[in-house]
Amino acid sequence: MSELQLQSVTKRFGGVTAVDGVDLTVPQGRFVCLLGPSGCGKTTLLRMIAGLEAPSAGKLVLDGEDITEQPAHMRGFGMVFQSLALFPHLTVAENVAYALAIRGTDKARQRRRVEELLELIQLPDIADRQISQLSGGQRQRVAIARALAVDPRLFLLDEPLSALDAKLREALQVELRLLQRRLGVTTILVTHDQREAMTMADTIVVMDQGRVQQAGSPLEIYCRPANAFVADFIGTSNLLKGTARGGGRVELPGGTLAVPTAPDSGPVTLSIRPENLHLAAAGAGGENRLTGEVVFVRDIGQTVETHVACAGQRLVAVAIVEGEPPFAPGDAVSLELPAAQIAVFPG
Amino acid sequence: MRTGKPRSLAEHAPLIYPALMLLVFFVIPFGIMLAVSFFQRVQGGFYEPSFTLDNYGRFLSAFFGNVLGFSLGLSALAAVICVGLAFPFTYLLTRLARRRQIAWLVFLLSVLSLSEVIVGFAWSTLLSRSAGISNLLVAVGLMAEPVSWSPGFAALLIGMCYLAFPYTVLLLYPSLVRLDRELVEAAMTMGASPLRAFFTVVVGAARNAILSGLILAFVFTLGIYLLPQLLGRPQHWTISVMITDQTIYQSNLPFGAAMAIFLMLVSLALIGLTLLLGRQKAAG
Amino acid sequence: MSAAWSIRLFMGAVGLVLAAPLLVIGGVALNEGRVLHFPPRGFSLQWFVDIWRDAGWFDALINSLSVATLSACLAVSIALPLAYFLWRWRVRYAAALYTLGTAPFVLPPVISALGFLAFWATAGLYGDYLTVVVSHAIFFVTLPMVTISLGFQSIDRGLVEAAATMGATPRQVFRTIVFPLVRPYIVSGFAFAFVLSLNEYIVAYMVAGFTVETLPIKIFNSLRYGYTPVMAAVAVVFVLVALLVFGLIARFGDLPRLLGALQGQEK
Repeated sequence: MSELQLQSVTKRFGGVTAVDGVDLTVPQGRFVCLLGPSGCGKTTLLRMIAGLEAPSAGKLVLDGEDITEQPAHMRGFGMVFQSLALFPHLTVAENVAYALAIRGTDKARQRRRVEELLELIQLPDIADRQISQLSGGQRQRVAIARALAVDPRLFLLDEPLSALDAKLREALQVELRLLQRRLGVTTILVTHDQREAMTMADTIVVMDQGRVQQAGSPLEIYCRPANAFVADFIGTSNLLKGTARGGGRVELPGGTLAVPTAPDSGPVTLSIRPENLHLAAAGAGGENRLTGEVVFVRDIGQTVETHVACAGQRLVAVAIVEGEPPFAPGDAVSLELPAAQIAVFPG
Repeated sequence: MRTGKPRSLAEHAPLIYPALMLLVFFVIPFGIMLAVSFFQRVQGGFYEPSFTLDNYGRFLSAFFGNVLGFSLGLSALAAVICVGLAFPFTYLLTRLARRRQIAWLVFLLSVLSLSEVIVGFAWSTLLSRSAGISNLLVAVGLMAEPVSWSPGFAALLIGMCYLAFPYTVLLLYPSLVRLDRELVEAAMTMGASPLRAFFTVVVGAARNAILSGLILAFVFTLGIYLLPQLLGRPQHWTISVMITDQTIYQSNLPFGAAMAIFLMLVSLALIGLTLLLGRQKAAG
Repeated sequence: MSAAWSIRLFMGAVGLVLAAPLLVIGGVALNEGRVLHFPPRGFSLQWFVDIWRDAGWFDALINSLSVATLSACLAVSIALPLAYFLWRWRVRYAAALYTLGTAPFVLPPVISALGFLAFWATAGLYGDYLTVVVSHAIFFVTLPMVTISLGFQSIDRGLVEAAATMGATPRQVFRTIVFPLVRPYIVSGFAFAFVLSLNEYIVAYMVAGFTVETLPIKIFNSLRYGYTPVMAAVAVVFVLVALLVFGLIARFGDLPRLLGALQGQEK
């Protein structure tokens, strides 16, 4: 259980830079999620941490010790693979005890540890089963137990839940988070599912094109995205291209908005969450309003999603509505964009 | 498992022994055979080093020209018959339930591993007057009296097809087993009868497999050397028989080697052609 | 007649033709008289007993079995490190070596046979027992090479990496994960080479035909020079061995997969 530091870690495959100068500190006992779209370099980064890929440049430091050159089998980490990589020719118990057997632990202690771990994942009776006899969820848990067998210094997970159906996935997310908290093991999980990251992480590291776009708590990342990519990738955001005109004013194709945080000049992108966009009947007065026409209404039960065409762009507003949706396609509406909820990014 | 290149000698170690074995016991023998094919034969079953093209020149004689022509023709005919029968058979085989497929495959492999000697003996018996099929036909009243069909051209052709058939099925099996079932189903929903769907869709989709099957069956039958002696008459002897005969009974290793080199070049050219077909398939 | 029936009829006819020689051999082997008649007369296991009683046939049997066992072992010993190396490192010269290893199986056998003959004659070992073993090993090395390579390819690389993250050294990974997973493919490769070596004629004949009599050579000689039903009994034993071996492979391995790849590599 330890603190991991990445210093300008870079990985190039031929001419492609998969991971580009990543600096990151994972404090002791934290649960960190590497989040990003496929191909963003998150899995490559995790594999470098595990020692399965050698960085092209940069350093990995664990508790002050440089482990960049250390081979995977010397690192003492536990890892859960996307394919789970359970050994098909071994039983559940033999899989879980593998790391112990490799270290020459005596049989009795292996057996005790297997019992403990199977207890931990709440599957006490499957020790003698073959892997092929397990269900998807059971395999998942066995893979987790196997990775924890020798109290790993780091617990690494590469999209471990992606093969499961939605319900089971969510149940296991909660379970995994509780397990990690109980053991206090420093954990890094790779995922492309932002809900999963939000549910489990202390710290989310959003990656794109091999770089860290933002690292912070789930709330920080959601409420104060560092750039347009993060704003768009985490949750949904309405992104509006405009031009700063000075004095906190931004000119958009459909009108001008007061945004105090805007720069004095240059192109900007405004971002606002759908739940912060308020709709009113056409003609309603007030600050920061644009007009548009409703093109599509999606009633998802508790909330209503209203799509509005506004000067050539499509904006989405989400509101909790009791009863019938207030607007129908074709209605002219007025949209309020509260200045406090607008994030401004250059470009 | 790992990309990249092995650097140290230790990492190369696993390769040393196999490379040495293949080099010493396969590449060198071929080199010797190639050298011997240019050697001069001397009386008494020996040969002496020299460089002569006489051994290759002998191909030009009418006798060996006939043998070669007959061999190629016979193999071509056998290959066509084999693929003609094996293709529909293999297709139907791949549509069977897995258990029955496996049973067939075990059976085919067992037939494939039968020694040419045994196949030759069995067919010469089957086609003989004393204990052959003609007796069966007489018994059911289709023939007046039993006849002997072996030795003869038909007997030889049957034997060759028999040897090559399981081999051909196993060659066609991989491409047909991967053929999308839905192709045929789609054709049938568009109004094609099963037979029509088979000829238009399956045969079309497996065009390259059929062609490489033909070529490889051809090369395989070219290599058959015992059946012509057991089921054919002397005029049915093929180039493979000639090679054995020249080498062992005429003690003319240089000439046998020259013929073997020639046969190898023909085979390699044909196999190269199937490789090319395979690449085209991958690209197309 | 319905389509299903014509399909069954076609498959059945093919099966019958394929089985016909086996029936004949069985008939001859079990026939009481020295010459097969139609319809067969009498029934006897005499000819099977003779395999053991006749020193000539028994020696040939022992020759064949020992050559097949030793050459299949040797073939596996060549194929295993090569297949391992090819799996571990993707390099051109290893792939070239692999292609070289498939050559004897794809080319007409008489070519390799003559090559071996030229080699052993030059080396002065013509006619030696070991020449048959080594020649067969090289001649059939393709089979274990293809099956074992297939075995390596079928290992999920995640398994190897998982073992490494759990502390296994490369040597331990090989011993505990890779080898157990490849073992069935090694056994299959051995079995293929064994059965085909048992039945091989031309190579054995060319390199040591007059000194080491294997069963196929003995059968051919008996066909030519002194017919006896014992040869049919031997053939029956061979067919049973082949059925048993391939049946076992089918039972404990994935036969369709093995055969599906056999060609992919060959082409």
